Amino acid sequence: MRAVCWQGIHKVGIEDVPDPHLINPRDAIIKVRKAAICGSDLHLYDGYVPTMMQGDILGHEFMGEVVETGPGVSNLSVGDRVVVPFPISCGNCFFCEQEMYSLCENSNPNAHLAERFWGHSPCGIFGYSHLLGGYAGGQAEYVRVPFADVGPIRIPDSVSDEQALFLGDIFPTGYMAAENCNIQEGDTVAVWGCGPVGLFAIASAKMLGAARVIGIDRFPERLNLARRVGAETINYEEMDTLDTLREWTGGRGPDACIDAVGMEAHMHGIQHSYDKVKQALRLQTERPGVLREAIQICRNGGTVSVPGVYGGVADKIPLGAVVNKALTIKSGQTHVHRYMKPLLARIEQGEIDPSFIISHRVDIEDVPDAYAMFRNKDDECVKVVVNMTSNMAS
Amino acid sequence: MAATVARQPTLDRTLGWFSVGLGVAEVLAPRTMGRMIGVGDHSVVLRMCGAREIASGIGLLSGRAPATFAMSRVVGDVMDLALLGASLSSPRSNPTRVAAAATAVAGVAALDLYASKADLQAAMAEAVEDVPVTASLMINSSPEEVYAFWRKLENLPRFMSYLESVRELDQQTSEWTARTPGGMRLRWQSEIVEDKPGELISWRTRDDSEINHCGSVRFERGPGHRGTLVRVEVYYGMPGGATAAKAAQLFSTAPETIVTQDLRRLKQLIETGEIATTKGQPSGRRSLVGRMFSRGES
Repeated sequence: MRAVCWQGIHKVGIEDVPDPHLINPRDAIIKVRKAAICGSDLHLYDGYVPTMMQGDILGHEFMGEVVETGPGVSNLSVGDRVVVPFPISCGNCFFCEQEMYSLCENSNPNAHLAERFWGHSPCGIFGYSHLLGGYAGGQAEYVRVPFADVGPIRIPDSVSDEQALFLGDIFPTGYMAAENCNIQEGDTVAVWGCGPVGLFAIASAKMLGAARVIGIDRFPERLNLARRVGAETINYEEMDTLDTLREWTGGRGPDACIDAVGMEAHMHGIQHSYDKVKQALRLQTERPGVLREAIQICRNGGTVSVPGVYGGVADKIPLGAVVNKALTIKSGQTHVHRYMKPLLARIEQGEIDPSFIISHRVDIEDVPDAYAMFRNKDDECVKVVVNMTSNMAS
Repeated sequence: MAATVARQPTLDRTLGWFSVGLGVAEVLAPRTMGRMIGVGDHSVVLRMCGAREIASGIGLLSGRAPATFAMSRVVGDVMDLALLGASLSSPRSNPTRVAAAATAVAGVAALDLYASKADLQAAMAEAVEDVPVTASLMINSSPEEVYAFWRKLENLPRFMSYLESVRELDQQTSEWTARTPGGMRLRWQSEIVEDKPGELISWRTRDDSEINHCGSVRFERGPGHRGTLVRVEVYYGMPGGATAAKAAQLFSTAPETIVTQDLRRLKQLIETGEIATTKGQPSGRRSLVGRMFSRGES
């Protein structure tokens, strides 16, 4: 089969690789129909996530058709159209029992590596470094899905492939980011980054009852989409983010702040240069400019919610503000399984059509160019969906 | 715990005298030796090789730590073969004689390897159990169930990576086979010392084992009935004791890591019925280094 493989920093390629097969009883094989390139794939592309190896198959956002199931999978049948959550979760451990699926204790075969980095390991994740299991990802014609009796859900006929695709990651990720804000009636929520996760966070904050949502970005096409889902917007190239937020909230600051940007934040001024130099010298692994701003401007007793990906250590985090303003910080890889069914119901009821964020549709051979385009935000790129079923070799 | 694995005193002594003889010749008559093996005049190198041979030989003849000195001879053989190979690029060398010398060294190397392996096994069987290994892990199941799974000793190779087989001979005794990271096969008989259903199993190896160890596994009910805390405590024998064990960790996986990984697999088997793995999954073309770390992928 053909698969999108990581070949080094800023190098992805399409390679012919063997088809996957069932390994464990609870596996299923999915023939991928649609896959997406995630903003977090760009951290791999840029080489900021350690333990990637040449030849790793990328992709953790995908949906498709069940072609084979192991003897332990009785809830799926061959031919079912399913969307697969990006965290791999067993459904049996302490954390899965409490619906904290992304903290599954049993799905990362390289847990000992992750423990050295972080003290404990999260779950395994498709196509996202050997630290998180080294599982072959879904930007491929076929993919092996472990614990298929727990993860994938069937897509009803009334929902299209593109509408269902984002249930595997970014829609639940944006939703959990908003849910973590503990939104009360009348709240103002500020969202840094109007990429796919930021846009779903904005839409979800609205659904959860926020009175006012403010989206912050610098790309006009992303700010347009943010306004489409109900946000007021700040273009930080034209307005000072903190001054504007202070002014718009009468000095109090937003009740909740969402960092939907993560480790490769683009900022201005001396602070940004300082972070870039330290990151380049590997003195810190992150550029935490957005997190600093969010902590600084969040109102007393407010919540900072961090769906953005961070991997290592960051510098100059204003902990004094966290303590003296009594802030709550919430984060985590998304417990996708918890949100798939309720969010699917919202799609079926027509409350939201997640496909509004798609800016580009490509075939598998165009994926290497699409990574570069998405990274450079060329051609107003917001979200790339890969059609895996065109020109199938088999 | 005296063991009865045969040492190789005769072979060790023969190799020891051979080493001393060769070393003396190399030190006293390096030019003649150089001509004989066809490498030409390399007096300084040959004298150094001679000194090494004498040291290995005296070590072997002393009868102390034979495994170490036998291994030093294997390392020396590899060095000699490399030097012989390198000498071929010199115009002064005689390829026919060098080839003959290399054949002789390879033959001796095989004997050295055999002796060092036998000596290492003998040393392991003699070592006292004084190197401790402890590990613990929480398993989402009752102490009774985890105990029952463990007590059926035939289950152990399913999650202990280096175990090949366990056969229960009777209620108390069982026969174990393991393969070490270095590829050495070890066999031992183990007997259960204490057996409290749902709480504890302790064991020790019998006298004629190829590796000595004793240990226990405890199954404690977690606080608030939150699963079972499994605690493993093992003391094993290592030639050279705890210091040698620490040194060995520089080159191989620490025993704590091995036991923790084993417990993790036990947890996966009990909680999910399978062991999470990526062995057998496809990948794109690996780099040379990548291939070393991704064995088992198709």
